[in-house]
Amino acid sequence: MKKQADGGGIKIDRVCVGYDKCVIARDISFEIHKGDFICIIGDNGAGKSTFMKTLLGLIKPIAGKIDFGGVPRACFGYLAQQNAAAKNFPASVREIVLSGALNNCRLRPFYSKKEKERANLYIEKVGLKEYTNYCFAELSGGQQQRVLLARALVACKSYLFLDEPDAGLDPRTTKEMYETIAALNRDEGLTVVAISHDLSAVGANATHVLRMCRCGECVFMPKSKYLKTKNKKEMTA
Amino acid sequence: MSILEYFKFPFIQYAFIVGILIALTAALIGVPLVLKRYSYLGDGLSHVAFTGMSIATVANMTNNLLIVMPVTIITAVALLLPKRNAKINVDSLIAIVSVGTLALGYFIINTFSNSANVSGDVCASLFGSTSILTLQPFDVWLSIVISVAVILSFVFLYNKIFATTFDADFAIATGVRSRTYELVIAILIAVVVSISMRLVGSLLTSALIIFPALSSMRIFKNFKSVVICSAILGVISTAAGLLAAIIFETPVGATIVLIDILVFIIFCLLGLSYKKRVG
Repeated sequence: MKKQADGGGIKIDRVCVGYDKCVIARDISFEIHKGDFICIIGDNGAGKSTFMKTLLGLIKPIAGKIDFGGVPRACFGYLAQQNAAAKNFPASVREIVLSGALNNCRLRPFYSKKEKERANLYIEKVGLKEYTNYCFAELSGGQQQRVLLARALVACKSYLFLDEPDAGLDPRTTKEMYETIAALNRDEGLTVVAISHDLSAVGANATHVLRMCRCGECVFMPKSKYLKTKNKKEMTA
Repeated sequence: MSILEYFKFPFIQYAFIVGILIALTAALIGVPLVLKRYSYLGDGLSHVAFTGMSIATVANMTNNLLIVMPVTIITAVALLLPKRNAKINVDSLIAIVSVGTLALGYFIINTFSNSANVSGDVCASLFGSTSILTLQPFDVWLSIVISVAVILSFVFLYNKIFATTFDADFAIATGVRSRTYELVIAILIAVVVSISMRLVGSLLTSALIIFPALSSMRIFKNFKSVVICSAILGVISTAAGLLAAIIFETPVGATIVLIDILVFIIFCLLGLSYKKRVG
């Protein structure tokens, strides 16, 4: 696991993202280094989710280049904004969380004991131990979000991508979730890229900020600098 | 004649062995098919298989599987290969292929066949008629080999099939080759459709594939139980249907499908009463 985490980081070079050749955000350039905690903020429709999907290879960039520097996708964890699963899909919490370990399997057909233990560990961490055998479709929205977070954590070996992870969570669970993520970032050197509509929630732990504007412009900077410029703006206003 | 005496005839034994294996493969592949909303794909492919069958009949081929299967597989892959944002969406494309090949198949068999019994041939292709009761030993072996291959693929790809069916985007984002597995699922569907033709005919193959999965989803709420229950239901309905068809001399395909529907209704009712009890 260590070996995979030691990639040279991800270089994003003048990337333009959008759908069907229609550019939503342009000229995004920055580097993600190991151990970074990057918070992507911006208005609705600024292209935050589209950019994340582009990073994850679900959408092709319209222009520019993303250099993964030897970091394999198999060490990524991902929590999408909308859960793609069909309603009434018959799947238990355990089956879903365990499926996060699939990127570890390659051609091996079945999960190892270690992977099953890892899944159980994260089910417990997100507080769903007594729901292990429940049907996913019958859980509440917040519980479903926690199941998908556990799946992302099982899949993740060094890079964790979160698209508005607090959507549908109550304040207490939100706080617990960010504590879990911050601890993983701090203690295990996990790199985190999280989308949020404002800094206050994720912000406490962020090291860098990517601010995306609906006009298509994107600015990347360390959090300290972002806070300074923000304060200045507020003072002049 | 008692039921056991029927089983002394080799053709009855063949029918049961092949029928049960086909039902098992169909029931297994039916679960991802229904959940991935590929139901229409299965139906479309069975019409493609009908065209293949017509060509084989016109060409007087003794083993039509050799032409039906490649044609069906190629169509399945061609239908799923285009990007998601293609001009015509997959749904309409499947509908076009579905009716188009039905027309083409009938056109070919009606125009070019020199058989004395064209309507008999058409009926056999569409509804199976007695194909399952007239299997040659080579047919039997071929069907056994193919069914076992499908079942083994399903077992070994089980976790990949689950992840790809549940959330392909997540799988791709985290480094799983879900696009490849989507194609593999489509190929397995094509193979199952081609071999189910001889049990129930092309118009009824969809029923064989989707009903066991739909029935088990009424009761079971996790993937593994749904798969296991679907396999059991598929085998039981087909065995019961074959037996009933032989004893009462009813058409095999239709009898099996009617039993599938009966099971579905029973499971719907069971599902309702279960829900009421739980609250």
